[in-house]
Amino acid sequence: MLVSIYRYNPEKDQTPYMQDINIDIPEGKDLMVLDVLHLLKEQDPSVTYRRSCREGVCGSDGLNMNGKNGLACITPLSEVVKRNKLVIRPLPGLPVIRDLVVDMSMFYKQYEKIKPFLINDTPPPAIERLQSPEDREKLDGLYECILCACCSTACPSFWWNPDKFVGPSGLLQAYRFLADSRDTATNERLAELDDPFSVFRCRGIMNCVSVCPKGLNPTKAIGHIRSMLMQRST
Amino acid sequence: MSTLRTLNYDAIVIGGGGAGMRAALQLTESGVKTACITKVFPTRSHTVSAQGGITCAIASADPNDDWRWHMYDTVKGSDYIGDQDAIEYMCSVGPQAVFELDHMGLPFSRTEEGRIYQRPFGGQSKGPDNPTQAARTCAAADRTGHALLHALYQGNLKGGTTFLNEWYAVDLVKNQKGAVVGVIAICIETGETVYVKAKATVMATGGAGRIYQSTTNALINTGDGMGMALRAGFPGQDMEMWQFHPTGIYGAGTLVTEGCRGEGGYLINSEGERFMERYAPNAKDLAGRDVVARSMVLEILEGRGCGPNKDHVLLKLDHLGEETLNLRLPGICELSKTFAHVDPVKAPIPVVPTCHYMMGGIPTTIGGEAITQDANGQDQVVDGLYACGEAACVSVHGANRLGGNSLLDLVVFGRAAGLQIEKALQEGVSHDDASESDIEVALSRLDRLNSSTSGESMAEVKAELQKTMQLYFGVFREGESMQKGLKLLDELGERIKNVHLEDKSQAFNTARIEALELDNLFEVAYATAVSAEERKESRGAHARNDFTERDDDNWLKHSMYFPTEKRVGKRDVNFSPKTVEAFPPKVRSY
Repeated sequence: MLVSIYRYNPEKDQTPYMQDINIDIPEGKDLMVLDVLHLLKEQDPSVTYRRSCREGVCGSDGLNMNGKNGLACITPLSEVVKRNKLVIRPLPGLPVIRDLVVDMSMFYKQYEKIKPFLINDTPPPAIERLQSPEDREKLDGLYECILCACCSTACPSFWWNPDKFVGPSGLLQAYRFLADSRDTATNERLAELDDPFSVFRCRGIMNCVSVCPKGLNPTKAIGHIRSMLMQRST
Repeated sequence: MSTLRTLNYDAIVIGGGGAGMRAALQLTESGVKTACITKVFPTRSHTVSAQGGITCAIASADPNDDWRWHMYDTVKGSDYIGDQDAIEYMCSVGPQAVFELDHMGLPFSRTEEGRIYQRPFGGQSKGPDNPTQAARTCAAADRTGHALLHALYQGNLKGGTTFLNEWYAVDLVKNQKGAVVGVIAICIETGETVYVKAKATVMATGGAGRIYQSTTNALINTGDGMGMALRAGFPGQDMEMWQFHPTGIYGAGTLVTEGCRGEGGYLINSEGERFMERYAPNAKDLAGRDVVARSMVLEILEGRGCGPNKDHVLLKLDHLGEETLNLRLPGICELSKTFAHVDPVKAPIPVVPTCHYMMGGIPTTIGGEAITQDANGQDQVVDGLYACGEAACVSVHGANRLGGNSLLDLVVFGRAAGLQIEKALQEGVSHDDASESDIEVALSRLDRLNSSTSGESMAEVKAELQKTMQLYFGVFREGESMQKGLKLLDELGERIKNVHLEDKSQAFNTARIEALELDNLFEVAYATAVSAEERKESRGAHARNDFTERDDDNWLKHSMYFPTEKRVGKRDVNFSPKTVEAFPPKVRSY
């Protein structure tokens, strides 16, 4: 199989380039893209990427594979390789540090901006704060986000305004706290999102939904925030 | 040294997983100048992979639940070498720690009453006189670790904790008096090497499952903290005690939570038999993990394994129904489809015992202070060094950890270490500064690597190390084969000293980090091997074919591995809890 991989070492390379490498894929096994990266790194230890859990829950290895963002560790070759070729690039739209490693600070900054923690003004009870199963169910499809950045870096609005548009991942998290019956900061949260950029740069093209490796739906969450903002202003 | 930048903190926490972040939060909230140094962005830590839950007597599933029952189960689960004062502390303050997580925002699953949902897990009873299966494991579906780690990170963001993300701690800096006064660390992004000076250094570096070929552990679980402590000459406790989780996905090694069996799933052999009924008539599939893992291996050895090679068994879940599986075990359904190509709604998952957890670690007091022994074998606190979580051995897990107790361990003892350090700092801590030569010692490993011109390939040596551990120090052990394994490790040790770093660049050089990690894997593997060979009995996870019985006369003890002499000593187990009677050793059956 031919692997074409994005290479850039700031100490050596003036500009990034694509390196083509032929590798033998062991027969009878459907390797994950991460396995292929391991094979490449065994041949050339300078190949650089992030990885940790290798099972799709830590969010380290978000990459662009044959044009689509996803997690290398849970993307089987059978799903992604076309005409015996695999093109591996870093997540688009973020500055590259080296090879497949991108600088995620902009992404994290947007996450921090939405105050991703529970706010509740009342003193906590001696036990847990009670929550009905129905209220808890509202957090399903939201809390599972692994901050891999596959969605935000597939979003043209985020590419254009990474400093002002919160992006699909951050907004999914924003709604996770808006939807939590234990959180009392709804008004403050909405007030901070109520500007032309934070939420409303979303054009609903749903790239985020199509790439999310956890099957989450940021567009839907953004829709909920929009209606909450609308209701607030009327 | 003159070129080395120094960062100054009162306390540093190495590791941004559950234990590290709980400790960092405690310290930050109490106003101690703290930094959390973590080699991956905190939410990439291995705590994220924990699934089934956090075990704690919060009296939700059973209003009459009692932390003493949880304590009894934990003591029994540990095969009686868990320290009863530490277990008492964990089980009694546990509820407070769990409620705190809820207040921090952790999205626990709920009961109709709105309380935290608890599921049955292995080794749970209603006390010494009542073996009824309890349901004591608090869960957020089957993503509890993910939910916990993110909640803790969010709590730390709220609290304003300083993180040094993607920084790698290389070695401890020890002053002339033997006190730990910080670490040498590399900023991975720039490659800059820095001395991070601190009055208190907390090892919260997690486990080292990557010493084995087949493990549920993340690729980052390389025992960095244990490796650093051993290189600095500090002992490791109960290093022979490794938990093999009964249900790793066959081939891939990814974890399938014990919660599957808690929700009613069970294991079957090639004859379709629910074989755990034979090995543990009462608890069946929810016996201790060591018991279940051994039973599975015996089934396979006796020819009742499944598949063309008869080398695994099956975990049956389909009878639970699609609705329950989607509600309670959605992550498992996902993982099983991805890694076993099996939909648990329709077919059983192929599973095999897989290395999962290091019960041993840096011996500590309840407050996380690292312990060594003086010449008379008496406990002695190491100045400046602390540990918590999987890297530590406090010891609440003894020879076998109960499911759901690791997450409780993280938050309870992460917090306890923070409290202890806060107290120590208030009372006043002053260490002599490290001298230039002290710092050079801590830099030597890095210097060697950075100036290597030829030598061994890292990937090859690592693979051999993992194979050796798997073959000679697995679920069943035997003196002769362990001695052979040790000999191989001695040879590998020489080769590891000679590993070549081809790529000398600075920016995000993961090859350099992996080479440094390899040293830690080796330190941990070697400590494991020597301790395992020395403990001549079978207890908990340590099962020997040549010493099949538990030997309380000689081995109702912690093992202490002293790296400088490569010697194993013994340390007394604590049988003096403060508020309850100690649970005396009994025959352990489920």
